[in-house]
Amino acid sequence: MTKSVRKNTEQYLHLYKQMVRIRTFEENANQLYLNAKMPGLTHMYIGQEAVAVGICEALDSTDRITSTHRGHGHCLAKGAEFKQMFCELLGKAEGYCRGKGGSMHIADQDNGNLGANAIVGGSMGIATGAALSAKLLGTKAVAVCFFGDGATAQGLWYEVMNMAALWQLPVIYACENNGYSEYTPTSEIAAGSLKARAEAFGIESHKVDGQDVLAVHALTQGLVNRLRNGEGPFFIELETYRYHGHHVGDINRSYYRTKDEETAWQKDRDPITNFGRWLEEQDIASSEELSEIISGIHAEAEEAVRYAIDAPYPNHDEVDTHVFAGVKHALPYISGDSNGS
Amino acid sequence: MDREITHSQAVNEAIAEEMRRDSTVILLGEDVAEAGTPFKVLSGLVEEFGTERVIDTPIAEPGFMGIAVGAAMTGMRPIVDIMFGDFLFLIMDQLCNQAAKTHYMSGGKLNVPLVVRTNLGATRRSAAQHSQSLHALVAHIPGLKVALPATPYEAKGLLKTAIRDDNPVVIFEDKLSYQMKGNVPEEEYLIEFGQANLLREGNDVTLIGTSSMVQTCVAASDLLAEKGISAEVLDPRTIVPLDERAILESVRKTSRAVVVDEGHQNYGITAEIAARISEKAFYHLDAPVIRLGAMDVPVPFSPALEDLTVPTPELVAEKALSICRGELVHDA
Repeated sequence: MTKSVRKNTEQYLHLYKQMVRIRTFEENANQLYLNAKMPGLTHMYIGQEAVAVGICEALDSTDRITSTHRGHGHCLAKGAEFKQMFCELLGKAEGYCRGKGGSMHIADQDNGNLGANAIVGGSMGIATGAALSAKLLGTKAVAVCFFGDGATAQGLWYEVMNMAALWQLPVIYACENNGYSEYTPTSEIAAGSLKARAEAFGIESHKVDGQDVLAVHALTQGLVNRLRNGEGPFFIELETYRYHGHHVGDINRSYYRTKDEETAWQKDRDPITNFGRWLEEQDIASSEELSEIISGIHAEAEEAVRYAIDAPYPNHDEVDTHVFAGVKHALPYISGDSNGS
Repeated sequence: MDREITHSQAVNEAIAEEMRRDSTVILLGEDVAEAGTPFKVLSGLVEEFGTERVIDTPIAEPGFMGIAVGAAMTGMRPIVDIMFGDFLFLIMDQLCNQAAKTHYMSGGKLNVPLVVRTNLGATRRSAAQHSQSLHALVAHIPGLKVALPATPYEAKGLLKTAIRDDNPVVIFEDKLSYQMKGNVPEEEYLIEFGQANLLREGNDVTLIGTSSMVQTCVAASDLLAEKGISAEVLDPRTIVPLDERAILESVRKTSRAVVVDEGHQNYGITAEIAARISEKAFYHLDAPVIRLGAMDVPVPFSPALEDLTVPTPELVAEKALSICRGELVHDA
């Protein structure tokens, strides 16, 4: 074991735990869907854990992220708790958004998560605006905009990248290229190179193996330090893979990708398995210790799921609260009752 | 003390005062800095507040609107300049899917205190993509407040209130009235949202006018007075929230109403207000509620055609007179 590895033992174990937390959360969410306990649909992050964890571990809680419809991983990596997340997925009052957002809109302001977004590419302006605030207010905070390869087809990205580059904003555009734009291979929706698109704006761009949590983390940490010193913006393309379908109901995928391809990624490039093996090889943790971590997280998740299932729904009188800040109930307010009482 | 300033100066004063009061207020848009916009409404602001706070953007409305939403969520109070109301269509996702819903979707955790300043109004010979009055579009979306100032006094007071509001507010200025003068106090004041302004008291019919149509209704009431009809004129000032109580009180008194607005009549503001009157003051009505919106055609370029599309004082007076005389105003 090298000296630096020993010094970072705790951080390495933390990276591992965070990835396991995401996978465990998602497995439970999928089960809730299959058991018809969860209203609506959700989009699994399984397979992409090293991206969210590698990046978010390079951030402080005052740094902002914006997330996507496939957002549970980002939310957990930025510090969210199981209980409030499961409550949100089930539409319960104790959820992060009091059950009003659901899977595709979880926001966790306290940890700097400005929210998932159900419009593909919809949060690109928001992340860039958070970077503008940080710059104008002189907070030294940075922003990371997570989006998928599918979102690179949205015009908004090019508009905000242009402004971010012109105004030198402290933002990282992090493109998780999982190979599929919903049900369509990325090669069919993206011409040329994604990296070259950012480079056309004079933005320094990187491509990294999104299954390698250490590589993602090291790259991001370096870029974040430079953002805090006034450099930026930056673009990262993270090569990764979505084990599940576009959403939990996307079961038959043979018309757009093969079983062999799925199996190969899971067998050879799983971010958790590979990092676990590395931890063992480096004598940072034994396989028993890793198993213990996993079973502890499984138990925590199961308890959180039970808690969420039993938790109460919001009261009916919450249906028109939070429409407007500073207005108790929106329905009387819009008809001229100034207090909305 | 009162003095006369233009609508344009009133807007400029409102922004300058709020930017002096609160350092988180910033301005973003196309040609807002040195150019001061094509209407010259913002002239002088960049000299006082600098290019860090008065930010010229590329011609990329969705992009800078999105950036404003993110800035608003993280401590700033952006004023977004959308040069023509017609360009609202370009920012619909950022305004209606993002800004309007963020507070609700986050269970009240995130606020989006921003103002979209834009305009409305035809008869400027600007054709179909620079002449629309699209306030009904945004008034339809829960989470957005919508203000329609009709005078320099309202332009200043409503804009200052909008900038201090913790929610997204869309404020539409009547682009034809930028050079219109009116009384504006030297002293600071705000105009509360959801408070209609009673411009004329009357007994026979209520003319409810918004924005550019307020003066049309006032002029119509003069024409009606010549015919011995006493018209009440009411300006709601904001349509979200809407001072329903003032509208209903007036109509219960006069028993007749004409609703005039420069947005298209189909599914528009006039329809909404007329429906509320019909639902809530039906038994006080002596005549059908009349709607007068912009004609339901794209705004034509030719002056000969364009002038036909916007309600005039003569048309408002004619319709009001008809219902006051108990005439059949619609074909059966």
